[in-house]
Amino acid sequence: MRIQDSRFKIQNYRIMFLIIFLLITCYSSLVTAAEKWPGVDESVVEKYAKEHGREAMTPLINTDQGDLLLFVFLLAGTIGGFAAGYYWRILMVEKTPRINGDKQKTTG
Amino acid sequence: MKIQNLKIRIQVFIPVLFGCFLFTGNAYAMHISEGILPWNWAALWFVVAAPFVAVGLHRLKKLSNTDLSFKPLVGLMAAVVFIISCMPIPVPTAGTCSHPCGTGMSGILLGPTISILITAVALLIQALFLAHGGLSTWGADIVSMGIMGSLAGFLTFRALRAIKINIPIAGFMAGLLADWATYITTSVELASGIKGDSPFMPLFWKILIAFIPTQLPLGILEGAMTAGMVVLLYKKRPDLLVKMRVLKPEEVAA
Repeated sequence: MRIQDSRFKIQNYRIMFLIIFLLITCYSSLVTAAEKWPGVDESVVEKYAKEHGREAMTPLINTDQGDLLLFVFLLAGTIGGFAAGYYWRILMVEKTPRINGDKQKTTG
Repeated sequence: MKIQNLKIRIQVFIPVLFGCFLFTGNAYAMHISEGILPWNWAALWFVVAAPFVAVGLHRLKKLSNTDLSFKPLVGLMAAVVFIISCMPIPVPTAGTCSHPCGTGMSGILLGPTISILITAVALLIQALFLAHGGLSTWGADIVSMGIMGSLAGFLTFRALRAIKINIPIAGFMAGLLADWATYITTSVELASGIKGDSPFMPLFWKILIAFIPTQLPLGILEGAMTAGMVVLLYKKRPDLLVKMRVLKPEEVAA
């Protein structure tokens, strides 16, 4: 029992390290890419619009100020991620129908 | 025990992975920004989008009155479309960033009308709070991403299934064409809105060709994501796919 518990703890630590590693690598790669990887909205949409005399206006609620946009994207990602995880759990864990104790099977 | 651990890992890993893609300062998108389209063109796209959104609302209300069990799927798809459509992905071959749309996936799983509705809501939140798209261009963005993306995904999947193409390939093609349909429509909207006195077709082709280096690989990625999600639900919840009329009952054996 103790061996199982310790194995489970080790697995948890591994997951934690994996998450932290992913967060750091994704965050750093995307932040550094911000300067050299223009979005197609900038490189295509706004470029051609500007050539034809149309320019993007400031949004009604302008969150594109300093790190504020970073914060709202973080917030949106967190809420969206938790919502997706919550509904995924309902769909896959709580509401999976069982027939005679087994999960439903499909044909190929 | 192992399966349970795997489930926990997946449940933790997927949202975190989605979330960490959003840790970025700028939004890189197909969304047409605020003020890019002249008011008359912006208004036209609102008029085009409005009936589709109204039908989506009606369909959601109707389904909610008869059966609530599909609601988690609507919630999941709404979250997925919202996250995917503001998730910038660097494309090394083009040196630019763009995002998939997720509407092919939601079009297949929820039907095009509800998919259009959830896309409209996602686009509104992005336009209001994420400086991503715009309120005046909301209608145009609904038409390109919501209507064209959802319809292309839904129709492609149904057409391929009707000629007995297997689910992974049908899902892949649906996702791919949904993505490309979105960007073709964006090119139409942009070219028609900004052309002024110059001819439409040369500008349309110019914009479309400029999208290709980024969207060609991203369309393939979107196809793979769509196929993955449809196959996963097919394996885990075939009953749900039958209920949403994605599969026929005879394709699911008890």
